[in-house]
Amino acid sequence: MKFAQYLTQIDNVAIYPIISLVIFTVVFLIVLLYAFTSSKKKMDQNSNIPLD
Amino acid sequence: MVQKEQFYYDNKIVKQFGIATIVWGIIGMLVGVYAALEIAFPGLNFGIPYITFGRLRPIHTNAVIFAFVGNAVFAGSYYIFQRVLKARMYSDFLGKLHLWGWQLIIVLGAISLSLGYTTSKEYAELEWPIDILITIVWVIYGINMLGTMLKRRERHMYVAIWFFIGTWVAVAMLHIVNSMALPYSAFGSYSAFAGVKDALVQWWYGHNAVAFFLTTPMLGLMYYFVPKAANRPVYSYRWSIIHFWALIFIYIWAGPHHLLYTALPSWAQALGTVFSIMLILPSWGGMLNGLFTIRGAWENVKTDPILKMFIVALTCYGMATLEGPLLSIKSINAISHYTDWTIAHVHVGALGFNGFLIFGMLYWLIPKMWNTELHSKKMANSHFLIGTVGILLYAIPLYWAAFTQSLMWKQFTESGQLKYQFLETVTHILPAYMLRSLGGLLYLTGTILMAINLRKTMLKGKFQDNELAEAVPFQLLAKPEDENFKTYWHNRVIERRPILLTVLSLIAVGIGGLVELTPSLLVDKDIPVINAVKPYTALELVGRDIYVREGCYTCHSQMVRPFRDEIARYGEYSKAGEFIYDRPFQWGSKRTGPDLHRVGGKYLDSWHYMHMDDPQSTSAGSLMPHYPWLLENKINNTHLPSKIKTLQKLGVPYPEGYANKALEDYDKQAKEVVARLHKENIKSASADKEIIALIAYLQRLGTDIKKLDNDNKDKVSAAFN
Repeated sequence: MKFAQYLTQIDNVAIYPIISLVIFTVVFLIVLLYAFTSSKKKMDQNSNIPLD
Repeated sequence: MVQKEQFYYDNKIVKQFGIATIVWGIIGMLVGVYAALEIAFPGLNFGIPYITFGRLRPIHTNAVIFAFVGNAVFAGSYYIFQRVLKARMYSDFLGKLHLWGWQLIIVLGAISLSLGYTTSKEYAELEWPIDILITIVWVIYGINMLGTMLKRRERHMYVAIWFFIGTWVAVAMLHIVNSMALPYSAFGSYSAFAGVKDALVQWWYGHNAVAFFLTTPMLGLMYYFVPKAANRPVYSYRWSIIHFWALIFIYIWAGPHHLLYTALPSWAQALGTVFSIMLILPSWGGMLNGLFTIRGAWENVKTDPILKMFIVALTCYGMATLEGPLLSIKSINAISHYTDWTIAHVHVGALGFNGFLIFGMLYWLIPKMWNTELHSKKMANSHFLIGTVGILLYAIPLYWAAFTQSLMWKQFTESGQLKYQFLETVTHILPAYMLRSLGGLLYLTGTILMAINLRKTMLKGKFQDNELAEAVPFQLLAKPEDENFKTYWHNRVIERRPILLTVLSLIAVGIGGLVELTPSLLVDKDIPVINAVKPYTALELVGRDIYVREGCYTCHSQMVRPFRDEIARYGEYSKAGEFIYDRPFQWGSKRTGPDLHRVGGKYLDSWHYMHMDDPQSTSAGSLMPHYPWLLENKINNTHLPSKIKTLQKLGVPYPEGYANKALEDYDKQAKEVVARLHKENIKSASADKEIIALIAYLQRLGTDIKKLDNDNKDKVSAAFN
């Protein structure tokens, strides 16, 4: 049950949070790219979905 | 012209969750009002354990969070999923299991908390069998949502869906990690984490429970029902996408701001603060997105109670999400923490944002599903007014109380003595507690008004279990034709493989969240070992379990912060190494009573004995309830050996075979306490009563460190400076 002890046995475990930050940032950048490069028409269509 | 398919929306499940929302909302708020009154008038527990504040408070928080908001989120999401994905929910049967499973959890939760079965982890108090049930029901909800996404008839998944899926993944992760515990009986367990780590995991959970149970699903509702009520699309769809990703991206890192100035390593505190301040941006972006959507329908706001409710909800969202980051700044937190500021802050969010958004949703949803008009707009407008006044009357006195009390705590006389006794600072803010109860009562009155109004609306209209709809099947949907579609590969991927991309991104979020916890779990090396800190004796352990059972942590902290006034008032500030045997940790989050970490040895045993029986007899004007049953209840030690074995498995260094000797050890120490009590003229004390164990625990609290010789003590202090 001592979960943390398993973690301490992993080599270079400190890199995990950095990897996590990188994954987050990359996903976020893709989202930004998606949001800002999509056409206005597309965005309007999407935003109208609840009103259709 | 492509042939459209006909199908039916399942409205029945929405109706059932909707009714559950109203019923549990009223019950949860009623318990809240009663708990608030108990603070102002402690006699209101009438000496009954089951309705004493320490047990009612978790019932209130769990009821309003998981029963009121939870059912509302399910009602709203089942409605929204079907509409924006143009498909009936994946499975009616799973929907029913979800509905009744959740209501069963609520009932079991209320009963078990009232009986004193609690893990004492705020908003995660339910014991392990119920935790398992929650996991099962949550998985059922997830399957039902993903299944509906797979059979949808709409190419793009509207942003509201993303908020619900994000909620689902994050809550699953939070719940499983924070609930990790080793059972010692059918209804008891010890946390898998101890002390500082337990605190970190708990507030990673507590913070993100607010984020992912009270915020993201609410925003899912907002992005559907605000455009519906305003009858216009959301102001900016681009913002809404960024809002979602930025929120889940930043929120998960901000938890440590609940533990500023505590024994938590300072790098973790700083990380929490930075991410908390960053949160202002997406939160305000989202609030403005909602408000700008309504701006286009401004002419209707004056007369439409739904739009009014949404405006208050969004404004409160903005206020609470500005205040939250401010509270995470260390110098402000030094004033606010452990005071009623936290309570005021969460209630601006809960009553204003969650409550009003849900009320607006119900006022919109019920006439719509019953094919009729709202019974009385006037009544709804009165609800709006009473509710708003209720929020103000609740929050403003508590803000005043928080400022006043915090300043009083910190005041010294010219000769360097603390100016006020703790009790003086409490009795001083008593009027605020009374006003706050009145505010809560008004808010509850508004909710009851809504229930009557909606009931009459239901009676007037005609409900259809299955609503006919039609849409083009997914395979026959026209491909998007804009030029960007050809230009950017990622658009193509996102448009064509939404499920794949959703799943991948959510895995990323899941891994991120778990990995973020890694440093928290590795804090061992940051916790200097204090040799004098030893495991609790059998008697103290049982006393501690009683302390947990009675919910003492709801009013008392066990964390002396390194401030001049706290050291003067309570004693040496708390060190991380002192908590290594605390499962669960009992740092608390609010001081309605004083901190107890250094209470050991401060008073005589007889003082504790009389104080638990009648707190006012030892501390005139005290707001603490009476605990007469602790003097009468015979101790039940059936589980003691199993408790010791469980703790040994978790790494507590009890000597081998101690489980079998524990009862003997217990009796021996209990007799010593009783002998002292007899000497102090408490002739009625006997070793088989619960109070004896509790006294032993209280007298042990924070005393280990006093056994250190001065040389060692300096070393420990140096490690923290």
